[in-house]
Amino acid sequence: MTSRPLLLCLLLWPAAAPAKDSCVECHSVMDGKLQAPATAFANDVHRRRGFSCADCHGGDRNADDPQAAMSRAKGFAGKIARTAVPALCARCHSDANLIHKYLPQQRVDQYAQYQTSVHGKRLAAGDAAVANCVDCHSVHDIREVKDPQSPMHPLRLPETCARCHSDAAHMAKYKIPTDQLAEYRKSVHWQALARRGDLSAPNCASCHGNHGATPPQVASVADVCGSCHALIEDLYNQSPHRPAFAAMGAAGCVTCHGNHGVLKPSPAMLAGDKAVCTQCHEADSAGGKAAVAMAGLINGLGTALDRSDETLQRAARSGMEVSEAVLRQQEARQTLVKARVAVHAFRVGAVSEPAKAGLALTAETRRAGEGALKERDLRRLGLAASLIAIAATIIGLWLAIRQIEGTPPASVEAGRR
Amino acid sequence: MQVSERTRGAAGWLDERLGLSSLREFIAHKTVPVHSATMWYYFGGITLFLFVIQVLTGILLLLYYRPTTTEAYESVQFIMTRVAFGWLVRSIHSWSANLMILTAFIHMFSVVFLRAYRRPREVTWLSGIALLGLALGFGFSGYLLPWNTISYFATKVGTDMAASVPGIGPALARYLRGGEDVSGATLTRFFGFHVAVLPGLTTVLLLVHLALVQKHGMSSPPWVERKYPPSGARPPQMAFFPNFFLREMMAWYAALGALGSLAALFPWELGEKADSFASAPAGIRPEWYFLAPFYTLKLIPSHVLFVEGELLGLIGFGALAVCWAVLPFWAANRQGVERTRLVTGAAILLLFYLATFSLLGYYK
Repeated sequence: MTSRPLLLCLLLWPAAAPAKDSCVECHSVMDGKLQAPATAFANDVHRRRGFSCADCHGGDRNADDPQAAMSRAKGFAGKIARTAVPALCARCHSDANLIHKYLPQQRVDQYAQYQTSVHGKRLAAGDAAVANCVDCHSVHDIREVKDPQSPMHPLRLPETCARCHSDAAHMAKYKIPTDQLAEYRKSVHWQALARRGDLSAPNCASCHGNHGATPPQVASVADVCGSCHALIEDLYNQSPHRPAFAAMGAAGCVTCHGNHGVLKPSPAMLAGDKAVCTQCHEADSAGGKAAVAMAGLINGLGTALDRSDETLQRAARSGMEVSEAVLRQQEARQTLVKARVAVHAFRVGAVSEPAKAGLALTAETRRAGEGALKERDLRRLGLAASLIAIAATIIGLWLAIRQIEGTPPASVEAGRR
Repeated sequence: MQVSERTRGAAGWLDERLGLSSLREFIAHKTVPVHSATMWYYFGGITLFLFVIQVLTGILLLLYYRPTTTEAYESVQFIMTRVAFGWLVRSIHSWSANLMILTAFIHMFSVVFLRAYRRPREVTWLSGIALLGLALGFGFSGYLLPWNTISYFATKVGTDMAASVPGIGPALARYLRGGEDVSGATLTRFFGFHVAVLPGLTTVLLLVHLALVQKHGMSSPPWVERKYPPSGARPPQMAFFPNFFLREMMAWYAALGALGSLAALFPWELGEKADSFASAPAGIRPEWYFLAPFYTLKLIPSHVLFVEGELLGLIGFGALAVCWAVLPFWAANRQGVERTRLVTGAAILLLFYLATFSLLGYYK
């Protein structure tokens, strides 16, 4: 019986308490920059898995003598050159046999991907200023991506990218804009991520990739957006806009929606002063008229839904049971979403189909709401009549008591024992 | 003339078999004391009236209600939307349940302040307290029956509290739930309690309570008794029938008007169907008459010294309930001298506690 806990302790020993680490022992008692890595390393995922400084920097973690511990003969490399970092990390992270001991589902192609990225290509060309592994994942206190304190956690990733990409001085030599984060923070994607806390909402890496970070090419923008908005991508691919945009060299979705600052779409994008369609289509052209017609259908359904909502809410506030109609109303709301999505087919017929279905449903729910309000009024009328009858009965009873008792309080008899 | 003779003949026939004349005699001689607090006598009758409404509307609801997790909510929804006047029946059932508990509380406190629990009415008091307990049981079991989100989670909280009772707690909670958690078995069980067990017990206790009230008559408060000592004249009396009865009927009609207004203007909500896999919504709270103990338990820390907070709260409520139930036995000392100030103080404190903590529980 006692051997089982002992066995468990022995199995857990390497993970729970790493072997001797003279690097941490010495650097922990030093000052300033020399102490910082040892302090930060306490929270590092590698330390928790039993790795030590020597696994990256070389040297002998078991030697107490600093000379022996940092001996070149024992492979001590000192500070790792920025250009050497990705290859160093890849020594383990590209080794499936090693990585899968700790994380069986972890990918091991990060280095290969990095080499295809703009960062990796520039690094290979000798530009040490581009991002390497530690610029994004941090150094010495590397945490798992799911850890909210990790700079790679979905909520922190946009700021991490922006550390370089919003730095005008740093970006000057690459001649790329620095407003991406500012734009992204106006977008629906940011709203979903930061306001709603939806960690699956798109961040920089969702569109650009992470280790293989590359700006999507003009022809592939729709495919990138389509990785989430699949139905819209299908409609777009079958629409006349796909070949037209390709011929114009326009980059699919972003032509109308923008890239980093994707705003909540509305029918105003189709018709009116802020319409994006008018960038290419004249108002009296077939395209311009189709855009106005689609906007009309969507606006019409939206207005009908709002009216119906208002009626149902009024009925519900009056205490009427309209939950079935409210459920139908949700169905009608879905048709509005379908109609908005159908815009990407750029055909009036595609939009009018769900719009008509939605209008029919809305008419039904509105009738239910109005019916409930009528019944409420009828109930109140019935209540008024009942109250009059009850009041009349009470008065009748009072009169009867008065008649029985004579002038009050004559009926009160002085009791006899 | 012939009809009148025939009526007399029929009455005589019935009298011979049922002894109606003695009942008529009893009613004819039954009187009710008249004094400044006579109005409080009506609340017992109003409570009885609301109970009858409960029984009648409950029977109507039974025609359509189905006590299973897949059908309970839908059947109540059907009652409220499809059945003619179903909404009215359900709303009246729910509102009269609440008004009945309110009038039962008013009746109980009026009995305390008018000292109507004194000898020889101790058993009448005990039967009344038991009836109040049963009314609360009706409320607790009926709350779950629509199987909506609020009632589901409130029942979870309520039965969790039962699990904290020392010793028998876990077994009691399992018995109430019909398993480890609130489920279809709980719904069936609560339905059984609500429509069979509790009505049966209530009917028996109600008959005992009413019989005792008839046996001992209406109690006069001490100040009336002092004014009319046993050796002197009897306090002014009102004939029970028709004088008091007609007044009581006026009160019943007023209660019916209030009930109808509440049901028509504020129909009882159905809420959303319970989902046992969903997380508890914010602001879960029980019916108003359980709010005071509910809020008190929320205020008690998780541990007080070495005792679990919830357990301490339950012990406290148990002790309070027992003390209150045996009030007639400590309201006078061994020499029979009334502890008037102690009883009044305790009643005011209890009333203040219930009102304040119920309001805090509702608004916080």
